[in-house]
Amino acid sequence: MTSILSISLGAILINNFILSQFLGCCPFFGVSKKIDTAFGMGMAVTFVMGLASAVTWLINTFVLMPLGLGFMQTVAFILVIATLVQFIEMFLMKSMPALYQALGIFLPLITTNCAVLGVALQNVQKGYNFLESIVYGVTGGLGFMLAIVLFASIRERLDASAECPKCFEGVPIALISASLMAMAFLGFSGMKIW
Amino acid sequence: MSFGKSLKAGLFTDNPTLVQMIGLCPTLATTTSIVNGIGMGLSATAVLICSNIVIALLRKIIPNKVRIAAFITIIAGFVTMIDLLLQAFIPSLSASLGLYIPLIVVNCIILGRAEAFASKNTVGQSAVDGIVMGLGFTFALILMSIVRELLGAGTIGGGAVTIFSQPATIMILPAGGFLTLGCIIAVMQKLLKKGE
Repeated sequence: MTSILSISLGAILINNFILSQFLGCCPFFGVSKKIDTAFGMGMAVTFVMGLASAVTWLINTFVLMPLGLGFMQTVAFILVIATLVQFIEMFLMKSMPALYQALGIFLPLITTNCAVLGVALQNVQKGYNFLESIVYGVTGGLGFMLAIVLFASIRERLDASAECPKCFEGVPIALISASLMAMAFLGFSGMKIW
Repeated sequence: MSFGKSLKAGLFTDNPTLVQMIGLCPTLATTTSIVNGIGMGLSATAVLICSNIVIALLRKIIPNKVRIAAFITIIAGFVTMIDLLLQAFIPSLSASLGLYIPLIVVNCIILGRAEAFASKNTVGQSAVDGIVMGLGFTFALILMSIVRELLGAGTIGGGAVTIFSQPATIMILPAGGFLTLGCIIAVMQKLLKKGE
């Protein structure tokens, strides 16, 4: 139980996927202009990361390892993730149109989100078991969601009221806000996990 | 377009990282020292050149509907090769870049160039495009890593020369990465405005 708790806290706060590992920066800057879309993206990423962790763990343990194909991990994982995202999209479109409406546009973008491939590779590196992999995937996604929603709310305010030098407008000032957020999250690294 | 012109576009006016702002994850994550920055830049360049050439060769064979999956498979194949080569010949670099080498697969620059350029142009043009865009990416990484290493570790050239004895460690932490990139992009925007 303690390992699950420490994995979750670690993934959400201490080793946050975006703010301390830099995984998933493209959507972090691309889809963070509005809180609603940021929330949708966060949900979609959490969903895919959890599922991808489970599926890639199974593939790695029951297909790649017995056949001695460990070196094919990258190729196998990215193909599994791409297929998985496609399936999720088709499944949601058919059976849960409401959810598809909310998440649909984000799904194709997720294939090339490095957080998803990153979590699959890290699960193998860290030697997590099936349950731990899923927990790491889901909580990593939640950490992503926390960061992107906080960041989107900062950016909404920035666009509305802040004045900054002309050459800093747009992405540069967003990067600097992200830097301040990362500094704040640095505070969590002092947290002791029992 | 002549080589010189496209080189200028890749390095400066159309730089993939600093102007198009794609492929930010490795730019932020691996630029803690200049050795890592160059290693990452050249690995990605090698993958980009190879994948651009192969995709240009196969552009008439790959069916349009499954092209993205086909591109990703080709890219992943080359990334695996680079990963294994680095593990075998430069194990120290491979250890310090770690997870970010396999993650070249999902670097938006490589898939972006495959989709936007290599799938529509000849082999020669695509190879040049790969070299130029790869060098642009490497240039951005070197710029970032010089600033961050100097301020964050107080050294130049991967610890070869020590400048400060009490550096601002925050610059090689994640926060410093965002800060440096923000400032570099701001300078870039200023220079490009002037050039117009």
